[in-house]
Amino acid sequence: MSIIVQNISKSYNKIKAIDAISFEVKEGELFGLIGPDGAGKTTIFRILTTLLLANEGSATVAGFDVVKEYKSIRNSVGYMPGKFSLYQDLSVEENLNFFATIFGTTIEENYDLIKDIYIQIEPFKNRRAGALSGGMKQKLALCCALIHKPKVLFLDEPTTGVDPVSRKEFWEMLKRLQQKGITILVSTPYMDEAAMCDRIALIQKGKILKIDIPENIIKDYDKIIYDVKAKNTHQLIQDLKNYPSQYSVYAFGEYIHYIDKKDDFNPIDLQNYLQQNKHSEIEIRVSETTIEDVFMDL
Amino acid sequence: MDKEKIIEVQNLTKQFGSFTAVKSISFDVYKGEIFGFLGANGAGKTTAMKMLIGILKPTSGEALVAGFDVKSNAEMVKKSIGYMSQKFSMYDDLTIKENITFFGGIYGLSKARIKEKTAQLIKELKLEEVADKLVGSLPLGWKQKLSFSVALLHEPKIVFLDEPTGGVDPITRRQFWEMIYAEAHKGTTIFVTTHYMDEAEYCDRVSIMVEGTIEALDTPKKLKQKYNVASMNEVFLKLARNVE
Repeated sequence: MSIIVQNISKSYNKIKAIDAISFEVKEGELFGLIGPDGAGKTTIFRILTTLLLANEGSATVAGFDVVKEYKSIRNSVGYMPGKFSLYQDLSVEENLNFFATIFGTTIEENYDLIKDIYIQIEPFKNRRAGALSGGMKQKLALCCALIHKPKVLFLDEPTTGVDPVSRKEFWEMLKRLQQKGITILVSTPYMDEAAMCDRIALIQKGKILKIDIPENIIKDYDKIIYDVKAKNTHQLIQDLKNYPSQYSVYAFGEYIHYIDKKDDFNPIDLQNYLQQNKHSEIEIRVSETTIEDVFMDL
Repeated sequence: MDKEKIIEVQNLTKQFGSFTAVKSISFDVYKGEIFGFLGANGAGKTTAMKMLIGILKPTSGEALVAGFDVKSNAEMVKKSIGYMSQKFSMYDDLTIKENITFFGGIYGLSKARIKEKTAQLIKELKLEEVADKLVGSLPLGWKQKLSFSVALLHEPKIVFLDEPTGGVDPITRRQFWEMIYAEAHKGTTIFVTTHYMDEAEYCDRVSIMVEGTIEALDTPKKLKQKYNVASMNEVFLKLARNVE
């Protein structure tokens, strides 16, 4: 096991940030912590990277205890915090050199590991880090977290605020790093990224709600979701919410995801109801469940 | 939809030294429309938006916002619009009530009006129990809902939302969009940027910026037809090649 977390809790003043959390990450696994802002993801990262002490519980990373052997952990892991924390006034190359030197290595020694990513920012190597665009900052931060060839890589919301194209490329990079044997713990508020992980933990309000491979999380969901569409979306949401047997109504892209309380629900009844309420261009069909649907119903 | 133009942009351009961040863009936004302003990081969205809200002077070109010229009448533009930044910008050390009062004052509302608006907002957002708590203690989703309402305090004709839902949980994100729909229903124009492509589907029309120009502008339905794909995410991936 690359990461073992057992009953970790942490409170700030009286507020429980995380509450008796346990999970394990296998060597070479790409493991995702999926949850919104405030779920406790960053607290977990800070405890595992030895920057914060837990109130209760124990954890090991790469075989080292997070309290007793914190120095060994710091040499074996790479950490990319959610907030950009490189030196804004140093250039791209200076930042990378700085982190290589701190860890007693050189850019050349581990260039293989960062090559794919670094060549994308190399044209700007003399630019100050503070003057980079969001996507480039993120790539530089990843290079700096990798330069000492860590066994475990911690990425805290690496794609928040990043556009869909860059997000896709970022995940492709993570897959390649994984193939090089690096264990990756990554957090994200984007539910669609969950499908890219080997296993995920759904986390909310400091508690892990579920851990499994993404396919099982979707398969285990037992309610039928309907895609509903009509010309006036805003009015459709209101009317669906007023339907007597509605269980949940949420906008999902171009369709509304509708779940009914009744086992013998007949979509035709709903169709009639919407017609009575003067909706036009009505479409109702069974939808495919997504991680986001499961998450919202936890 | 009422076809009254609320934003008119003609050949709007912004250069920083030798770099052209926004290259002669032109488009119109109509009253009561939800207009999605999309693009990759670094495509020029923020620069364009800053020009439209009157805080950055264009190098060339014209833009009328709520009838006012952003170059010659920037102060009137600022008074006529609401703006919600992607970075939470209310005072964490003031209570919810104090923040509303403060921004009401900034927008020049009368004391009686501020009192009335404060009560109305707190009721609408169901924040009665926490109205006297510090804003800093609220979860992100609530902060964003509050910011949105505060941006609407002075009843602007148009409100600019810069990535209002980044990092927000899926349920609150949807509640936020229901607030947007309700506001657009009242006739307020919504100009919104987002990186969630499911949210792009909720817009009446969507523009996609690539390297400083507007590559596509249409309803989500027509864009999907044009590029022959099933979702806005695919439209975006097709258009916005990563060119940093």
